[in-house]
Amino acid sequence: MNIFAKLYYRYKKFLKVIRLYLLIAGPGIIVMVADNDAGGITTYTVTGAKYSFHLIWFLILLGPVAYYVQEMTVRLGAVTKRGHAEAIFHSFGAFWGWFSLLDLVLVDWLTMITEFVGMTAALSIFGVPVIVTVIISWIIMATMVLQGRYWTWEKLALVFCGLNLIYIPAALMINPPVSKILHGSFIPQLPPGGFTNDLFFLLMANIGTTIAPWMVFFQQSAVVDKGMQEKDMLWGKIDTALGSLLTVVVAAGCVILTATLLPGQDISDAATAASRFMGINKYLGAFLAIGLFDAGFLGAICISLASSWAFGEVFGWAHSLNNKLREAPWFYAYYFFDLALAGTVVLIPRAPLVLITLFVQVIAVTLLPAALVFLILLLNDEETMGVYKNTGFQNFANVGIVAMIILVSTLYGVSALFPNMLH
Amino acid sequence: MGFLKNTRNVIRSINQKYARPHMKMTRRVRFSLGLLRGYLLFLVAIMVYKFIVIALHG
Repeated sequence: MNIFAKLYYRYKKFLKVIRLYLLIAGPGIIVMVADNDAGGITTYTVTGAKYSFHLIWFLILLGPVAYYVQEMTVRLGAVTKRGHAEAIFHSFGAFWGWFSLLDLVLVDWLTMITEFVGMTAALSIFGVPVIVTVIISWIIMATMVLQGRYWTWEKLALVFCGLNLIYIPAALMINPPVSKILHGSFIPQLPPGGFTNDLFFLLMANIGTTIAPWMVFFQQSAVVDKGMQEKDMLWGKIDTALGSLLTVVVAAGCVILTATLLPGQDISDAATAASRFMGINKYLGAFLAIGLFDAGFLGAICISLASSWAFGEVFGWAHSLNNKLREAPWFYAYYFFDLALAGTVVLIPRAPLVLITLFVQVIAVTLLPAALVFLILLLNDEETMGVYKNTGFQNFANVGIVAMIILVSTLYGVSALFPNMLH
Repeated sequence: MGFLKNTRNVIRSINQKYARPHMKMTRRVRFSLGLLRGYLLFLVAIMVYKFIVIALHG
């Protein structure tokens, strides 16, 4: 075979691999990019404004952490063909099952309220009334699922994931100091002032926003709904790895934006940062506002689906996005109602949104450790996983990461309840 | 009323279906679940404490 034939053969093989990956791609990228939800974007913009480029290295480290947790759900979903809620009921019994399910529903609903807060705050920068944002968002979210094919929903979600990358061109537009970014990315360091209580709280917030309980339930159910098999697990892992890379890149983009343009400024949320950017460069402000809306939107649809899938799995309803509305009425009814209820809270005048944000942080602490412990136990059960059960190295990595996440999220939740504890 | 009765029956059937855990309850599993229970009780206790403090002092 001459060299051109060899090159052509390799090129065709490469295209085949890409096409195969694109068939499997989806759950990993969607869950990871949706992880950069309204709360996440707020955390990153605050991090950049407060601590400049000094903590980018920390965000980079969180990428593999997120990967190792989410990769477990790929294996569990592909092998058991069960969502996480059903897997807990099946393996651990009704008590732990109901605890996980009801806790998930509560945490998810509260988190969705924060997503709607982010969306409405983002579009209010363009003068869009809150009620218009809520109604239009709900209509788009409903339309996405009504065509009765998981594949179509997934590809639409991936378009929104692409929009979430808007922070990257925004960060490039402002000519950020490359040497400082590289220094902050690859040299572990503390910001000037050293290790303070405020820094500790923000680091915990960054960890808390990287791993959320709904992600575990969402990805496992999405893997099942997509119909992934054991033979697809490698592609699922690659999908998840690529997603974790994108999540780190977007997080870094947010930090670079506020570190460059709003250093040292007191910012309470991403919408405030977007408003200030508007004063500097209206396109930049628009990019950040669009990114914030997209983050909230993606978060809301994924979180609502996580709950809908979980309920459907346990109650035995038809619960696939491949079902039409009349085939799975309760599944879709839950999805629509959940979103509508969360959106309605934002419309209530003087709704206690700050308190709700606090509740989310605290209640998520009750669910996340349980979900992660169940994951590890299930992945070590030979009867459940067969030849795909955790290896020694996987246990070492997974248990270590899970233990760290539980410790940090507990401290975060407790410090949210008792703010003076750290002082 | 019919809806509530239906829901109660569904919940009962779910409880019956998942009455027996299928996980092999080894010592490690029992220990992990026991630790989890203790941890959750601790969290509930501090939440209740915080709630009482807020209720009493505003």
